[in-house]
Amino acid sequence: MTITAYRPPQQTGRESFAQSLHAEWTKFSTLRGWAIAVVIAAVLIDVVAVLAPRGDTQCGSGSGAACLAHVPTGPGGEAVNDSYYLASQPLAGNGSITVRVTSLTGMIAQNGGFQGPDSPPPGTMSPGLVPWAKAGIIITDGTRPGAAYAAMMVTGSHGVRMQYDYTSDIAGLSGAAPRWLRLTRDGDVITGYDSADGTHWTEVGQVQLADAGAVAGAVQAGMFATSPLDFTPNFPTYGESGGSTSNSVATGTFDNVGLRGGAPGGRWAGQYVGAGADSNGPQPAGIGFRETGGSTFTVTGSGDIGPVVAGMANSGYDTGTIADHLLGVFIALLIMVVIAAMFITVEYRRGLIRTTLAASPRRGRLLAAKAVVIGAVTFMLGSAAVAVAVIVGGNIAHDSGMYVLPVSWLTQARVILGTGAMLALASVLALSIGTMLRRSVVTVAAVIVAIVLPYILGVSGVLPASAAEWVLRVTPAAGFAIEQSVPQYQQVVGHYGPPDYFPLAPWAGLAVLCLYAAAGFGLAGWLLRRRDA
Amino acid sequence: MTGALRAEWTKLRTDNGTAWILAAICILTVAVGAATAAVTRCGSGGGCAVDPTKVSLTGIEVGQAVVAVLAVLVISGEYSTGMIRVTMTATPRRWMVLAAKAAVLTGLVLAAAVAAVAGSLAAGRLLLAGNGVTVAHAITGPVIRAAAGSVLYLALIGLLALGVATIVRDSAAATGAVLGILYVPPAIALFLGSDPAWQRWVERYTPVNAGLAILNTTGLHDLVISPWAGLGVLAAWAAVALLAAGALLRLRDA
Repeated sequence: MTITAYRPPQQTGRESFAQSLHAEWTKFSTLRGWAIAVVIAAVLIDVVAVLAPRGDTQCGSGSGAACLAHVPTGPGGEAVNDSYYLASQPLAGNGSITVRVTSLTGMIAQNGGFQGPDSPPPGTMSPGLVPWAKAGIIITDGTRPGAAYAAMMVTGSHGVRMQYDYTSDIAGLSGAAPRWLRLTRDGDVITGYDSADGTHWTEVGQVQLADAGAVAGAVQAGMFATSPLDFTPNFPTYGESGGSTSNSVATGTFDNVGLRGGAPGGRWAGQYVGAGADSNGPQPAGIGFRETGGSTFTVTGSGDIGPVVAGMANSGYDTGTIADHLLGVFIALLIMVVIAAMFITVEYRRGLIRTTLAASPRRGRLLAAKAVVIGAVTFMLGSAAVAVAVIVGGNIAHDSGMYVLPVSWLTQARVILGTGAMLALASVLALSIGTMLRRSVVTVAAVIVAIVLPYILGVSGVLPASAAEWVLRVTPAAGFAIEQSVPQYQQVVGHYGPPDYFPLAPWAGLAVLCLYAAAGFGLAGWLLRRRDA
Repeated sequence: MTGALRAEWTKLRTDNGTAWILAAICILTVAVGAATAAVTRCGSGGGCAVDPTKVSLTGIEVGQAVVAVLAVLVISGEYSTGMIRVTMTATPRRWMVLAAKAAVLTGLVLAAAVAAVAGSLAAGRLLLAGNGVTVAHAITGPVIRAAAGSVLYLALIGLLALGVATIVRDSAAATGAVLGILYVPPAIALFLGSDPAWQRWVERYTPVNAGLAILNTTGLHDLVISPWAGLGVLAAWAAVALLAAGALLRLRDA
């Protein structure tokens, strides 16, 4: 008979990381209060998304979703304004169009769609030019809304520009009209040139139009003018949104018009593309196209060719983003960072830390196990809650008559998983601060002041705009940038503030938070090894 | 009462952390106020919409968190160490314990707040003038109201935090709860733009939004609540929290 010595099923002496993980998971999951608090935090994201009161749009055809305007989308799938006056001829093959823009003038309505007792009557216009009023030449893949195009233009206060496919903008000569402009077409490649005198030409940009197959056929080439809404923000501060918009018109005067490659004897035909779809209130008078003496043309238009941005700044209707429904995230963050901080400070208060360290003497591994547990829990609960908030919130906004800017599924996934990652990184940072400070009260206050307070200061309008932008760049609150779903456009005047827009690009903002979490984690690990428990 | 007061004073005086926390109230408030003043410029155009006093006192937003920490430590510290049982044995009239704690806390916060507010106003004056913001030389009535009011504001925040912490007892949870009460409503008010009625309600009746109305020295008729009324709302919050805390202190075992 052989006797086998009893060997415990678990390897003794050196513990594995899996065991540390299991130990930390047991500590976390058996404290019912914590588990409930973290779940409540995640659920609050959805509760806020559903319950947050929002206005109900009223219009002639009813209220809510019935008022939603039909918004065209550009070649990249983004919502666009495509409204301008065009005087064009078809261009069947390769060719070019050259003009001299002799002047760009404009009118701005005194009061947008708003009527108060002191307002002047609607439609009263006074001379003025909005910064991105445009007049120039365009080659476009037809006049349906959202068609691919490339254009050279003189603008109100941004000099000569080459713009194409709604989202792209290249600077040319600075200064105002008179300016010479030229576009040449070679298949689906369009090249833009500008000149101050008509003899010395500079290439501004060469672009391949989206939708190349369609553009290979006949296109329209011609002169255009348009003028976006004049936007005055209600508040000069950063976070507040809202403002008033007024219609504006721009008139471009053209001479030395030359079209090569057009049909022989072709005539310029005028058309109001998109007929003021993005205007606010009644259409201003004077829109159209005139030919004087066969050599001078004036084109007057209103609207914009460019992307729609969040808010009311350039669309005339209530426009939001998928991030509008994520206001509960910072409340969840507040609760999660407190729990994450307590995950370590409570061990110090109860003396459990000595048992923990006796059981797993490798202290760096212990901290890593805690970070993985709290990070994984907050990431998964956060992502799931944000996914629900984005989808349900988007439907509620749609039903109340708010247009939600469409984004690709990739962007949606980035917002959902990125926000989850933001919550996880903030939790790891809080855990690290807790390891450094060890006392609950000081730790909880420190993580709230370091992570949650900068966000509130940054978005609440308490700080002047420049200070608020810096707070959202350099503090852990920069991580909230991951919620931004649509880009800012320099060529569109808008109210670029939270919750739709942040001063850092999404991944850059998350990287800032990541740096804080990594530095905090490293310092905490070092201190944990160095100090007595 | 004198005995209870002396006991509380001794406990706070001999705690290592107290001096640090009081220093942190002053330093954080002045630093954040000065940093804000340093980056404040008049907007383009003729008019300058900047309220110099309010900008200088921006640090209150951060300093109040430290005041809350001090208040939480005053009571929760005793629960986590078990000291509360000794305290209750020494002073069996529990409301007197709470009153003594409130009195000592208020005294300390008032002292720190006077230094913090004076420092903030001095720093702001210097930095704003350097940025071209017109700062009146004379110290006018509204400025005195804002200065005295913010000192009272910090003291009331301390009392509110003491009340909440006495109700919650656990130190970490109490800190989270107090800071939640301070910072969540302002953010909620911010995002209620589409529903002005709710937004107005939150701005008038939550402690920080209402209380900070006291910082304004210009544009008073645009405020949703007048400065002193706002401070009154905060005082009401603090009173309710302390009364509830006193009642619970009597009813519950320590």
